[in-house]
Amino acid sequence: MTVNMGPQHPSTHGVLRLVLELDGETVVSVSPTIGFLHTGIEKTAEQKKWQQVIPLVERMDYLGPQSNSLAFCLSAERLLGLEVPQRVKDIRVLIAELQRLSSHLVWFGTHTMEIGAITGMLYAFREREILMNLNEHLAGFRFFPSYIRVGGLREDIPRGWLEAVRAFLDRLPGKLDEYETLITKNPIWLDRTRGVGVISLEDCYQWGLYGPIARAAGGDYDVRRAFPYMGYETYDFDVIGASNGDVYDRYLVRMAEMRESVKICRQALERIPPIGEWAVNDRRITPPPKDEVYTEMEALIQHFLIYSQGFTVPAGDAYVPVEGPRGEHGCYVVSDGSNRPWRVHMRSPGLMACQALHKFIVGGMIADVIAVIGSLDVVMGDVDR
Amino acid sequence: MSAAELIAALAAAVPGAAFEALESADADVTPVILVPVEHLLATARALRETPGLEFHAFSDVTAVDFHPRREPRFDVVYHLVSPHRRARVRLKVRVALDQPVPSVTAVWPGAGWTEREVYDLFGIVFEGHGELRRLLMPDDWDGHPLRKDYPVQLRKDAGTFMPLQVTEEEFRANMERDRTARPRSKDAHG
Repeated sequence: MTVNMGPQHPSTHGVLRLVLELDGETVVSVSPTIGFLHTGIEKTAEQKKWQQVIPLVERMDYLGPQSNSLAFCLSAERLLGLEVPQRVKDIRVLIAELQRLSSHLVWFGTHTMEIGAITGMLYAFREREILMNLNEHLAGFRFFPSYIRVGGLREDIPRGWLEAVRAFLDRLPGKLDEYETLITKNPIWLDRTRGVGVISLEDCYQWGLYGPIARAAGGDYDVRRAFPYMGYETYDFDVIGASNGDVYDRYLVRMAEMRESVKICRQALERIPPIGEWAVNDRRITPPPKDEVYTEMEALIQHFLIYSQGFTVPAGDAYVPVEGPRGEHGCYVVSDGSNRPWRVHMRSPGLMACQALHKFIVGGMIADVIAVIGSLDVVMGDVDR
Repeated sequence: MSAAELIAALAAAVPGAAFEALESADADVTPVILVPVEHLLATARALRETPGLEFHAFSDVTAVDFHPRREPRFDVVYHLVSPHRRARVRLKVRVALDQPVPSVTAVWPGAGWTEREVYDLFGIVFEGHGELRRLLMPDDWDGHPLRKDYPVQLRKDAGTFMPLQVTEEEFRANMERDRTARPRSKDAHG
């Protein structure tokens, strides 16, 4: 029997269409169709100035937007030869880890809800709401803050934000314990997830799957460790691994990763001085302070140049990988030396996961398809771009 | 491992290929090697299987169109990772319009969809790819949107979905037919 699942199906995380060939309840083959959410962001980005690309790339992986903008900014800064101040690096690490928490909370909520534990969703979204409020406090925008910019940050962190983050970090571990008492040893959960959707480490790598999926299959590849950026080599955290490569191990890995993220956030909080630099001191990139714009001719000229023409980036190409919530993110940027990028390409972890879907579900039951898609944590905005 | 060391390691496995180390802003993390298109498949196999290289993990393939600045106009760009050696490499292949590229799906199956995406958006044909059809755009789309000579502001409807469209004459005729077929009495409104 052929079953058409999606594109509008509550558990396909957006608009993923699966044509499943079934024998009884066993999946014989699957053919995924994507592209329903293709918005041509890579083409649009070629028409924009460098700083204007950031809101666009944030809309690709909409559950981890600041991981996209971080990848883009790191690549652009590589081309510019910029080294951002230490304070900016620490704030970016804090933001990236809060972003990972936010994304993993949505994953936890939707994944548990799809398997039948609706409570998980209600709990996880309660904590995520605080993260959204933190974003709003930080940048005035809950979902896509566009706060990380080429050359640093948009502006200094607002008063009281660090305290709010600290209060959230004090709250979260207790809530994670609460989630785990609810789910981790729940017999129904174990039955639905153990031994389901198994993949080997070799398959993960040759199908381009990194991140929590590969680490749940016994891998230890984490971009933060293997190719450190933003000073991750100076942070104390564990790369979480498991060995079975099934849905349950992916669950365990992501849950433990959230605790590691809390650990990294706390260390970053210790390092961020309350006042200091929030962008590079380079007048080509960063607009001069307003009091100088009002009083000095050169500053006024710079102000107009940056807001009308942007800045130029030396010709060349760069790709800086970052560890996003779903695995290796990275932005391949090519510049021709002008004020607009020649090419912007985002590596999509979700695309690889959708491609390899048959490795997880063929031979399994149709009900397990839901569990597997949830455990892969695909975001269709990231897949289709 | 620098690009020069990689080329030295590859030279034995791929005889006769003229590799070139390219400059890039991130060469300290990702060395860049220009590979002649006819040696791409042999190079890919060597990178995966030669002990000491072991690029088991496929990361990405994309393309860049340099039209009209450069001929041959396309760069096909491969990113590969060796997770346990913690090494990366970027391969570049230069191809002209309508020049096919060998598919690396036989070496890394994960290249399948990304090659389809490059075919879809750039029109670069990968030889030996079992299922080379569009991935993101509708199947009946004309042209390849990420090419530099593809117009940006093109207004175009996908053939798979056409909204109902009528001419002004048809519209008036419909109105007239409705009016005559279902005459609205003044009494109906009280």
